[in-house]
Amino acid sequence: MSLKPTVQLKNVTKIIGKKTIIDNISFEIYPGEVFGFLGPNGAGKTTTIRMLVGLIKPTSGKINICGFDVRKQFVQAMQRLGSIVENPELYKYLSGRENLQIFARMLPDVDEERIQEVIDLVDLTARIDDQVRTYSLGMRQRLGIAQALLGRPDVLILDEPTNGLDPMGIKALRTFIRKLVDDTGLSVLVSSHILSEIELLADRVAIMSHGKIVKVGSVSDLVGALSSGVDWRVSDSFRALAIFKESPYVQAAELYDDHTIHTLMDEGRTSILNEALMKAGIEVWTIERKVQTLEDLFISLTGGDHIV
Amino acid sequence: MSNPNMIGLIHNEVMKIASKKRLAVVIVILVILVSMFTYAQYREIQEKIEKQGTLDWRVELQQEIVDRQNRLASSGIQDEFRQFLEFDLKQKQYYLDNDINPNYPGAPTFIRIFFSQGITLVLPLFIIIIMADIVSGEYNDGTIKTLLSRPVKRWKILMAKWLTVLLYTSMLMAATVIVCYGVSGIVLGYDGWTAPILTGFQASASGEFSTEYIHTLPMWEYLLMSVGLAWVVTAVVGTISIMISVLVKNTATGIGAMMAVLIAGTLLSSIGSSWTSSKYLVNLNFDLINYLEGQAPPIEGMSLPFSLTILGIWAAACLAVAFWNFTQKDMY
Ligand SMILES: Nc1ncnc2c1ncn2[C@@H]1O[C@H](COP(=O)(O)OP(=O)(O)OP(=O)(O)O)[C@@H](O)[C@H]1O
Ligand SMILES: [Mg+2]
Repeated sequence: MSLKPTVQLKNVTKIIGKKTIIDNISFEIYPGEVFGFLGPNGAGKTTTIRMLVGLIKPTSGKINICGFDVRKQFVQAMQRLGSIVENPELYKYLSGRENLQIFARMLPDVDEERIQEVIDLVDLTARIDDQVRTYSLGMRQRLGIAQALLGRPDVLILDEPTNGLDPMGIKALRTFIRKLVDDTGLSVLVSSHILSEIELLADRVAIMSHGKIVKVGSVSDLVGALSSGVDWRVSDSFRALAIFKESPYVQAAELYDDHTIHTLMDEGRTSILNEALMKAGIEVWTIERKVQTLEDLFISLTGGDHIV
Repeated sequence: MSNPNMIGLIHNEVMKIASKKRLAVVIVILVILVSMFTYAQYREIQEKIEKQGTLDWRVELQQEIVDRQNRLASSGIQDEFRQFLEFDLKQKQYYLDNDINPNYPGAPTFIRIFFSQGITLVLPLFIIIIMADIVSGEYNDGTIKTLLSRPVKRWKILMAKWLTVLLYTSMLMAATVIVCYGVSGIVLGYDGWTAPILTGFQASASGEFSTEYIHTLPMWEYLLMSVGLAWVVTAVVGTISIMISVLVKNTATGIGAMMAVLIAGTLLSSIGSSWTSSKYLVNLNFDLINYLEGQAPPIEGMSLPFSLTILGIWAAACLAVAFWNFTQKDMY
């Protein structure tokens, strides 16, 4: 992409105590894209986001927002960023509008008109003058987004925004984010541990596990990379495995049981391999194209971490 | 005015505190306290009139002087207490000789006594009620994350919070004066602003009495000084509680720690003067109005400039720790 990145992490590491929580991660996010940040519980998503918004210092590495260093040019960087970290934390004893007024005073050039604009945008007009403690989770989520959008940011960061939302709410949020990106061209970073959600929402995905980024790519690339799994049922899987391992068309082969082998291979060469097996006197019972999901990729990448 | 500015940040803090209605709670407590004290005073006056037939302060003062003399004559009183009595006696005699009523009846005298009594405990307690959660509340509610990821430097946010403490200290002083005046005046009358009052008694812990610097002041000027000193003490307590609020991140623990500081101060200063280096402790230097009244300080070598210096040093140190911690630490 020729555009300048709005978010840029370079070799970021965070060590707390003696534990390496974030291990040398780098990625970039560009204008107009939704970037999915995917990982199981404890992978380090929230920790990364805390570093992005300046709440914690990286032990080493650099973080830029729109070219501004989060540590050295904190104010300029934060003027271009809006975020919800973990939960939409707002003053429960104040009304929604008062909350927005408080955060408006911490931004340059946000007037009452802009406040009303974001209220309308997130569709909270009816309840905006009620105390936040009376809001439902979904309403708090929307108020949090309104707060994040007040300063017309170039980067919007949402940490697990679908937590606690019902399917309707999730769908509405998805539509909202898509429309926001199309209308304003901002970058959105969405973290989640739910694959299907990221798959539907994000343009690109970073998969994180144990503080490392194990893969970054567009959703279509990732899905594309998955479609070539083939499962074989044969009479003698041990001997078959040796043949698969030698074949140049097979990227990976894995013994599953006495009669089953999972492979990652070029589908077009299935018949060549079939012939090789028959020549070796191995019966081939079934050949099955395995439609893998992102889930499978995830599990293979993260070494079987739990994922919902 | 361009945002974000300090006034806007202070406005934010005031909005948060105002919605918790803490100042209102404090004012209600004040009204109740002051009403009770006023009623007690009223009963005392009634009793005296019954006993003496009239209410003549000269007679009363004379009686008190005789009482002191009797007590001094009796054997077996401790040295420290003897010094206190001797000093008190001389002070009262001085008032009588100069024909000045030390307790001119009226609301202004009530204010004077309230501040004199309240400076070490009640007023600091009030500022703790109002301010204890100004930082720790943001941790408890999780709002610290939202607050500190906005484009405002952390030191500015803490500065706004500290200035808000000073602002509320001022409001607390004003509220205390107004409530005392309004409520006690109903019974005691509203005049006495210009009644003369003596100050400048020199007292050392060794009990020397000197009249060299004694001069009279009109009550309003004396009150202004009292309120000013109470402001200093309350602001220092507010500053310490901000630091504790930053460090412990938990409102209940913070209030507990502050209470311990206050109560330890009252206890230590009544225990006495053997531990002389305890005069460098912040909580032994809260009784500033003592110096105006010319009572002996708890420990030898203490004076108004000394106490102000100690308070200043402690406040500066607490601010330094609070700012360093708040701006440097990772926020989880
Ligand atoms: N303050 C801290 N001190 C020590 N370890 C921490 C601290 N904060 C987080 N961790 C550890 O860092 C790791 C990553 O935590 P993080 O909250 O970033 O995960 P996450 O990807 O957001 O997980 P989740 O999906 O559960 O929100 C976890 O193992 C956690 O225990
Ligand atoms: Mg998290």
